[in-house]
Amino acid sequence: MPKIKLGTKSPRIDMTPMVDLFVLLLTFFILTATFRPQETAPVDTPFSVSEKPMMDANVMTVLIAKDNRIFFNVDNGPDTILKFRPKILAEMGKRYNIEFTDEELRLFERTGTSVGVPIQDMKTYLSLKETDDKIALEKGVPIDSADNQLALWILFARQVNPAVQTLIKGDADVDFPIVKEVLDILQDKNVNRFNLITNLRAVEVTDTEITE
Amino acid sequence: MADIQVQEKSRGGKKKPKKGDARVDMTPMVDLMSLLITFFMLTAAFSKPKVMEIVLPEKIKKDEKVEPPKIADSRTLNIILGPEDKVYWYPGKADPDVTILQETDFSAEGIRQVLLDRNRALFRKIDQFEKDVIAGKIDIRQDSMRAAISQLKKDDDTGPIVLIKAYKTSKYKNFVDIIDEMSIVGIARYIFTDIDWVEEKLVVDAINRATATSSGSAQ
Repeated sequence: MPKIKLGTKSPRIDMTPMVDLFVLLLTFFILTATFRPQETAPVDTPFSVSEKPMMDANVMTVLIAKDNRIFFNVDNGPDTILKFRPKILAEMGKRYNIEFTDEELRLFERTGTSVGVPIQDMKTYLSLKETDDKIALEKGVPIDSADNQLALWILFARQVNPAVQTLIKGDADVDFPIVKEVLDILQDKNVNRFNLITNLRAVEVTDTEITE
Repeated sequence: MADIQVQEKSRGGKKKPKKGDARVDMTPMVDLMSLLITFFMLTAAFSKPKVMEIVLPEKIKKDEKVEPPKIADSRTLNIILGPEDKVYWYPGKADPDVTILQETDFSAEGIRQVLLDRNRALFRKIDQFEKDVIAGKIDIRQDSMRAAISQLKKDDDTGPIVLIKAYKTSKYKNFVDIIDEMSIVGIARYIFTDIDWVEEKLVVDAINRATATSSGSAQ
């Protein structure tokens, strides 16, 4: 009986359609991905049932970290050409008689991280290269009545970008009086509508509870 | 088949291009791409946080002479956020001698029951409305449905007016939780106000009472 000779060719699969699909998917995900810079202070947001997604642009964020430090962040607006961030910093500098160079303003525009330093330290903060040195400077934005820089940041952010919406990102375990202080500052600046950043959690009220 | 084949020069013979298509080995490319896709998919799916909107009443400035709005005591329900995730509540107006704070928590049987008991009429109405819409009895668009629900809330005159207050040792998550409960139960009118000294005293009393009973039972 003659032997059946198997082909010596290694079996290969045509991967072209798969690659086509992958390229398409990859392009889609790369284009839709939004990159948020890493925040220096970790914040564990509380849970809620709210399903409203966070807005993409025109937001200013007040972060309240676990150790009660306050951070402030504001975005460039719907279009990076608008350059809201450097404008706000320039206004801030003008109030405190600090002249920021164009290069410093550009650097502030590019780095989307939140402000956690008093404005007096901003120049040194921007000049630092090492992340560890930067973190050491971040004492939080002062909010005491003697030098309420958070109020000024909010004021200038709203002046430069009137459409800005307020987000509050607080750590779940932060003491409420600190949050209350922040809310008071915002209300003093006539901000009465806030969006609290939360994580989604599903809760349902059962039928028996309704008919009881 | 897929490798680019480098042809050896045959000895003096004619160059004979080998038949068959030249294919590239795509396996490493596919590996890398699936890795990247996984990365981008995961970051896209998990990076979007949710927000919860709250609106606080405008502050009455000191120089303005505006009376704060009066509300009926019979409809008010006061909720005080206490320490260690406890919630205290009392109906009506605080009287330092008479009022005793009820203690509860954020579980489904806790403050939610208290609120549901008082808000049942409105809650049923909203629930019935939503069911009718889902069943197709009422033909309404998504955005006008939301408006209709807020109109139901506005017309409601039986539900409680909830005053939320925070004791100084409460946490931020308690604040988020209680506003959450308001939206779960569908409370039409709730407001966040400052705690006053009478209520602070009541909370201190309630905490003392709780520690006294726990130490008493331990003995």
